[in-house]
Amino acid sequence: MNPITRYFKSLLLIELGQGLWLTLKYFFRPKFTINYPEEKTPKSNRFRGLHALRRYPNGEERCIACKLCEAVCPALAITIDSTQRDDGTRRTTRYDIDLFKCIFCGFCEESCPVDSIVETGILEFHFENRGEHIMTKEKLLAIGDRFEESIAEDRRQDAAYR
Amino acid sequence: MPETFLDQMLYMLFLLLKILAIIVPLILTVAYYTYFERKVIGYMQIRRGPNRIGPLGLAQPFADVFKLLLKEIVLPENANKFLFLLAPVLSLAPAFAAWVVIPFDDWAVIANVDAGLLYLLAMSSLGVYGLIIAGWASNSKYAFLGALRSTAQMVSYEIAMGFALVGVLIMAGTLNLSEIVLAQQGGIFDWFWLPLLPLFMIYIISGLAETNRAPFDVAEGESEIVAGFHVEYAGAGFAVFFLAEYANMILISALTALMFTGGWLSPFEGVPVLGNTFLAEGSIIWFLAKTSFFMFVFLWVRATFPRYRYDQIMRLGWKVFIPITIVWVMVAAVITVFGLVVRGS
Repeated sequence: MNPITRYFKSLLLIELGQGLWLTLKYFFRPKFTINYPEEKTPKSNRFRGLHALRRYPNGEERCIACKLCEAVCPALAITIDSTQRDDGTRRTTRYDIDLFKCIFCGFCEESCPVDSIVETGILEFHFENRGEHIMTKEKLLAIGDRFEESIAEDRRQDAAYR
Repeated sequence: MPETFLDQMLYMLFLLLKILAIIVPLILTVAYYTYFERKVIGYMQIRRGPNRIGPLGLAQPFADVFKLLLKEIVLPENANKFLFLLAPVLSLAPAFAAWVVIPFDDWAVIANVDAGLLYLLAMSSLGVYGLIIAGWASNSKYAFLGALRSTAQMVSYEIAMGFALVGVLIMAGTLNLSEIVLAQQGGIFDWFWLPLLPLFMIYIISGLAETNRAPFDVAEGESEIVAGFHVEYAGAGFAVFFLAEYANMILISALTALMFTGGWLSPFEGVPVLGNTFLAEGSIIWFLAKTSFFMFVFLWVRATFPRYRYDQIMRLGWKVFIPITIVWVMVAAVITVFGLVVRGS
């Protein structure tokens, strides 16, 4: 730029005025803020939140203790112990997910051959005591029972792409 | 002077009430100015600003105040306790004391001092001591750096600011603030901002620098020296510094309104259509409106510009502002002597 032009531009505060005009225009724009607890952003049906273990409609738990999720878990967050049940099927005796280790990648859900372990859309949860971050089999099944409808609905919407 | 003891007491009581009548609204204004600042900056960044506490977040300032007052006051090790506790008071007192000479209206001024402008300059210079002492007494390198920076900055910008006011007092021919306002009678184009436009701009910008506001907030410099001079202050001490900073901003806005935009005078004075309606008549409303506008400018500027580098601040103060003000003081003198601008009164 011509030094004389530049001199007058800075002396007359022209660029500063342009900046002020810009912020003034933004002042009257509609705001992006979402008032969180009252308003929420739309959530994908593929959202990977808190885990759950599902059951079949007849009440039988889906998990067959194949340990594929344990093997695929990149954060080693899943611990499974299994045993043979009286009817000869293999079931888990222990299914723990350490939520402090979990990175919510969704590999466990992808690897599961019976759609047992899933990641739900729940994202608002917290722990108040030490040790609560370990999701035991009972807790996971309870979540699955409680939110089965929404879990099934999310899976149904996504079925064509899986 | 009052004669009897009772008269004296009544006189004192009346004075005290007048002081309260200014201090209480001022403190409330400061409280809501912080709220307003967060809202304005939020809006300019396409956010909503505080809106959780009370309707529209209007109780937010009180929540902040109670939080700060209930917090523990931490005395840093090896700090000079006396000076450490004195510093916030030293920075707050001049910011409040300056208000006695501010005329809100023709009749509404506590002390109609003839040398009001000098008193104001003295008071605004005193505020620096609070900063210096706070920075030194904290026994912290960040606080000390912040104090050094702000001292140099305020000293250099005081000169430009003083010269800008010299222009005003040449045009008005008086140091009395009420008379300065009255010298601007006759509508928006008779105010001093027009003949003294460069001084007006420089006064606003130096005002930003004087109060250590963005883009001249190197004294606080959150990103480099954490919070500058008040880094060691918590709770009530910090609240007092905050109060002082915002009171100073309001003071500078009020002064800009008085010196350059005709104080309580109406911008529509002399417009025939309006006649004698309240729009054409000077009143305290106009003064408050003008002050509020300049208060908004403070926030507007903060939301717009990035922080200056320290050497740029010094360069701007000494090599740009002071020469311009000196030149324009001469121009103002020529204008006044040769009567190029017809004064309203």
